[in-house]
Amino acid sequence: MSVLAHIFEAAGIATIVLSSIRAMTEKVAPPRALHCEFPLGRPLGIPNDPQFQHDVLQKAFVLLDETQGPVLVDYPVVIEAESEAVACALPPRFDPDALPAVDEARGIRKAYDRAKEKRGVTAVGRAISADDVPSALEALQRVIDGEPWSEVLPVPNTTALCHDIRTYYEEAALELVDGPAPGGRAMEDWFFEKTEAGQLVLAARAAIRDSGAKFPVWFYMTPGHR
Amino acid sequence: MNGDQMMRAHSASLPGPTFDNPAWVTPGPLRNARVAIVTSAALYVSGDDPFTATDTSFRVIDRTRRDLVMGHWSPNFDSVGVKLDINVVYPIDRLEELAANGVIGSVAPRHISFAGNQPDDVATIRYDSGPAAAALLRQDGVDVVILTPV
Repeated sequence: MSVLAHIFEAAGIATIVLSSIRAMTEKVAPPRALHCEFPLGRPLGIPNDPQFQHDVLQKAFVLLDETQGPVLVDYPVVIEAESEAVACALPPRFDPDALPAVDEARGIRKAYDRAKEKRGVTAVGRAISADDVPSALEALQRVIDGEPWSEVLPVPNTTALCHDIRTYYEEAALELVDGPAPGGRAMEDWFFEKTEAGQLVLAARAAIRDSGAKFPVWFYMTPGHR
Repeated sequence: MNGDQMMRAHSASLPGPTFDNPAWVTPGPLRNARVAIVTSAALYVSGDDPFTATDTSFRVIDRTRRDLVMGHWSPNFDSVGVKLDINVVYPIDRLEELAANGVIGSVAPRHISFAGNQPDDVATIRYDSGPAAAALLRQDGVDVVILTPV
C-alpha cells in the first residue's frame, strides 16, 4: 500500500495510507499515513459502525492539510484482535452413523444457504462447491487414515480445498452466531478449535506433512501459526 | 501468538523498498476533490476473474457494485470482517455519504483492488501494475486516493 502511495503521488494524485503494520509504514515512508492498530483485515476498524468508520476517514483526510511529509499519525483508538472463539452453537448431531464432521457440515447447510442469499455472494467455490464439502471432509478423513492425499482428495490444490471448507463454515456461522458480531480472529478460532471440520483439517494437514509432501502442499491448509 | 500477532511480526521483518526524492502532491480543497479507494484486499466483483495465487495485477471495481468477493489465497487473513460489512475494508458507502454531504467533491467512478502478492523487490507493482492503476485513476480525474490494506 505504501509503495502504491509513492507511485500514485508521482503520477500527481494525493494519497493517504491507512497503515496496519507500523514498522513497514515507517520503512517505506509514504507521504501521508494514518496508522490504525485494528485487527488485520479491518482497516476501517469496526464492521457496521458507520460513525466509527467516518471518524477514521475524517482523521485520514485531515492529513491532506499537512504541507510536508512523510506524515505518520496514530489513530487514537486501538482495537485488539479477539483471542476467544466466537460463541456459535452448532445444530445437534443428526446422523450418528456419519463421520462427525460430515454430519456437522450437512447440519449447517441451511445456515450457509441463508447467508449466501442474504449477502448475494459466496467466496466458496475456489476448488469445490458447497455441495462438495461433506465428501471433501470424508476424503480428508481417508488421508488421516493413511491413504495418499494426491489420490484421495477431490482436487490437488489443498489450499483452495481447505479455503472452501473453512469459508463454508464461516459464512454459515454468520447466521448462527449468538450475540455481537465476531471480532478479528474469533471466527477462525471457532472453526479450528470448536468444529469437527476444523479439527479434521488440522489432523489431515499433519498427516500430509508427515507423509513427506512438499511444504506448500500442507502449510497453507491453515493459518501459519496453527 | 494469535494470527494477527504472527502476521504483524512477519510483515515487519520483510524488506521495505525505499524511495529517493519521494513525490509530494499538494491537493486542492477536499470539498472539490474526487476520491477513489485502492485496496489490497483482493476484492473482485462476483463473476470477474478471480485472483490467482501469485497475481500481481489488479481488478477494477465499478462505484455501484457491492457484490464483491475477497480473493486472498493466504489462509492468514481474516475474511469475516468484509463479510459482515464491505465498508470495513472498502468504505464506498462512507464516501458516497461524504459526497452527498459536500465533504468531498465526488466519488470516483472506478476503484481498484490488488491482492498484495509481490516479490520482495515489489518490481511488478512499482514498474507495471502500479503505474497502470495510476493512469486509470488519472483518466477518471481522481485527486485523492485512500489506500486500505488487507
